[in-house]
Amino acid sequence: MSASVALAGTGPLVRVRARIDRTRLALWTIGIIVMVAASAASIESLFPTQADLDQAAAGSDNPAIRAFNGPAQALDTLGGQVAFQVGAPGFVIAALGSILMTTRLTRREEESGRLELVRSLPVGRGSSMAAAAVVLGAMNVVTGFGVALACLAAGLPAAGSWAFGLGFTTVGWVFAAVALVAAQVAPTSRAASGLAGAVLALAFVVRAVGDMTNGVASWFSPIGWAQAARPWADERWWVFVLPLAATVALGVLARALLVRRDLGGGLIPARRGRAAAVPGLATPLALAVRQQRGLVIGWSVALALFGFVYGVIVNSIEDFVSDNESMADFMAASTDGASLTDSYLAQSIRVLALIACGFTAQAVLRARGEETSGRAEPLLALPVTRRSWLGSHATISAVGSVVVIVAAALWVAIGVVIATGDLDQVAGLFGAALAYLPALAIVVGVGLVLTSWAPRAAVATWAVVAGVLIVGMFGPVLNLPNWVSNLSPFEHVALAPAESASVTPLVVLSLIAVVLAAAGFAGITRRDCPT
Amino acid sequence: MNEPVIEMSGVVKTFGDVRALDGLDLRVERGEILGFLGPNGAGKSTAIRVLLGMLRADEGEMQLLGGDPWRDAVELHRRLAYVPGDVSLWPKLTGGETIDLLARLRGGFDVARRDALVERFELDPTRKAGTYSKGNRQKVGLIAALASEVELLVLDEPTSGLDPLMESVFQDCVREAAANGTTVLLSSHILAEVEKLCRRVSIIRTGRTVESGTLADLRHVQQTSITARTRTPVTLDDVAGVTAMRTEGDRVEFEVGDDSLDEVMARLGAAGVVSLQSAPPTLEAIFMRHYSDDGDASDDGVAPAGASK
Repeated sequence: MSASVALAGTGPLVRVRARIDRTRLALWTIGIIVMVAASAASIESLFPTQADLDQAAAGSDNPAIRAFNGPAQALDTLGGQVAFQVGAPGFVIAALGSILMTTRLTRREEESGRLELVRSLPVGRGSSMAAAAVVLGAMNVVTGFGVALACLAAGLPAAGSWAFGLGFTTVGWVFAAVALVAAQVAPTSRAASGLAGAVLALAFVVRAVGDMTNGVASWFSPIGWAQAARPWADERWWVFVLPLAATVALGVLARALLVRRDLGGGLIPARRGRAAAVPGLATPLALAVRQQRGLVIGWSVALALFGFVYGVIVNSIEDFVSDNESMADFMAASTDGASLTDSYLAQSIRVLALIACGFTAQAVLRARGEETSGRAEPLLALPVTRRSWLGSHATISAVGSVVVIVAAALWVAIGVVIATGDLDQVAGLFGAALAYLPALAIVVGVGLVLTSWAPRAAVATWAVVAGVLIVGMFGPVLNLPNWVSNLSPFEHVALAPAESASVTPLVVLSLIAVVLAAAGFAGITRRDCPT
Repeated sequence: MNEPVIEMSGVVKTFGDVRALDGLDLRVERGEILGFLGPNGAGKSTAIRVLLGMLRADEGEMQLLGGDPWRDAVELHRRLAYVPGDVSLWPKLTGGETIDLLARLRGGFDVARRDALVERFELDPTRKAGTYSKGNRQKVGLIAALASEVELLVLDEPTSGLDPLMESVFQDCVREAAANGTTVLLSSHILAEVEKLCRRVSIIRTGRTVESGTLADLRHVQQTSITARTRTPVTLDDVAGVTAMRTEGDRVEFEVGDDSLDEVMARLGAAGVVSLQSAPPTLEAIFMRHYSDDGDASDDGVAPAGASK
């Protein structure tokens, strides 16, 4: 088969994909660009003078922080700080976006049977993969350009801005190619995403090990490559040869695997399972547990990891912050008179609780997902009440939030104990974390109300999550007016251990959550279902 | 026991401007297998979802197994089993786990019966549902429904995606269920299947019942299908009531309404009949008339569903 035949129909496929997924593509791209722009602005306001930068550079160059952020390169410049603070999380998000979009465009199309329809047309066998490659290639080019322009707009030096942007582009490309290979190997689209996600996690850990030690291991990680290009720190342009070569090699591999396998089949055969269900699998809740336990575990592990890193660097905070006036102000903004360590731990717990919000929303929205995918129908045709069905996912969301937040607090505590050898903080940390449960319960309630009363707008639960994240993480930098900040339930939870816990707001938040949940459960029996 | 299992009359369900059900009548007697027919988009699945209490009807009277489908949904669902035309399954669960879960939620099942069904339908229950083909997903839905002892089976195009062998297994299973007294509402496009299983059918179009009765009645009242060879060519196009006319050399094939049979026979006789075959109309011919847009059923004076007996 000649190349032109193998790729017949690629052009129209690209246009169709770009049209179908325009919102998703735009959200990933714009989301990353906005995140970089906002972070650059916040870093500039945190370090107004060169003296602040010098102190920050001295304070942040320790193995624990490097493990999280990457190599310490030109940290006494604004650019160096942007690359250090935004690089690692930004590259991970770019990689994640590329993985999810690639799986969506390839393996999921295959799974849904749509690819079969397309392949029956005079369309080449490699065309849908080529179309996915073009779409993902373009998405990452736009992301990289946007990041570079955002950095230029923030007044950062040009060469570094372009190197940083190119880092985003190439990291996206490599992981799109990884996901293309995974899509050929794995038996299902979920497994493909999981496999590529595991490669991403490995890439992060490998470079973390490298950045804590002599840096050699970082050369084996695509995220490490983007950092080895040293944006704003004597750019090394030749490093970009590595991700380009990796992308091409993985692309060729994916193409070779594609022609060797059947449509719908993977190279790894699908694992078999039980022929009969375990006795416990007999209630809607048991089904929801089975569906969502992976989600609970995944979020718990991720937050535990974050928490551990936050905990283990607790000692360097005193040095770091006390040398940096605006950082100290930031930390102490709402916690007058508390020790810096306490302020830092309180902020860490709040950040972890805010991130946990993502789990809470994802888990409660599963009910709506079940409905739109048609899987709620067979259940609701059984003697299963709508309330118990909706309640099963609400329960996972609520109980899972406890699990996730406890896992995070536990590992912050473990980190702190390892760093200080001191058990005094442990109880306080758990208390501080559990105090966020009423706020998380409100997120459950919002999801329930929207699912019941405005099902088509249920996804707006994510807008609530985005809102509390922006208020919580960027509120002080953005100088939001008080009434805006007060809309977020998280702002009403005391910053323990820096502040003493107060019970009244927690009771009020809990009552709001109960009212929302009650409204949600009342609404589900009143509408058509599925709708 | 004479109370019908399903009775709907004048049921209306709108989605925005669309009247998906526009005064639907449907009656299913205890113990019968009713064929529920209609073109795509006629409202069959909507009617079934209303019956299952998933959608709330805007107007009309109905009762299911003596209860109200919306108010008593959960109680009624203990006594029925439903198989949709496109069974969506949880990708992480195996087929076997899914069958057990669904049957347990219905309130228990017979393991031996489940195993027998798994064998009859040749399903591999150890595979994850995410890897099943359409046909295999349907099998999971069917086995889960047939494994429980229920009073009513609601089947919405249940055999879509099944191969002919499995279709015949399905037909056997439905017959066995009916022999044990189970009532079946079978929505289907496969006319041969309906012809084999159902004594009575209801045909709906654009949300209304246009025809309802036994297959025998439908055949009788309607038309006769005639194939004849004549010595000289014969023209019948101008005779009122002649439809589906096909001429091939000296051979003519057509359907004729009972009122025009006289005139047709006279003309054929005049042309010199060489051979003549007449047959009751095929089910297909009946459906075609009701499915196609110009086949306006209201002129036929056909009784609405439920009133045909």
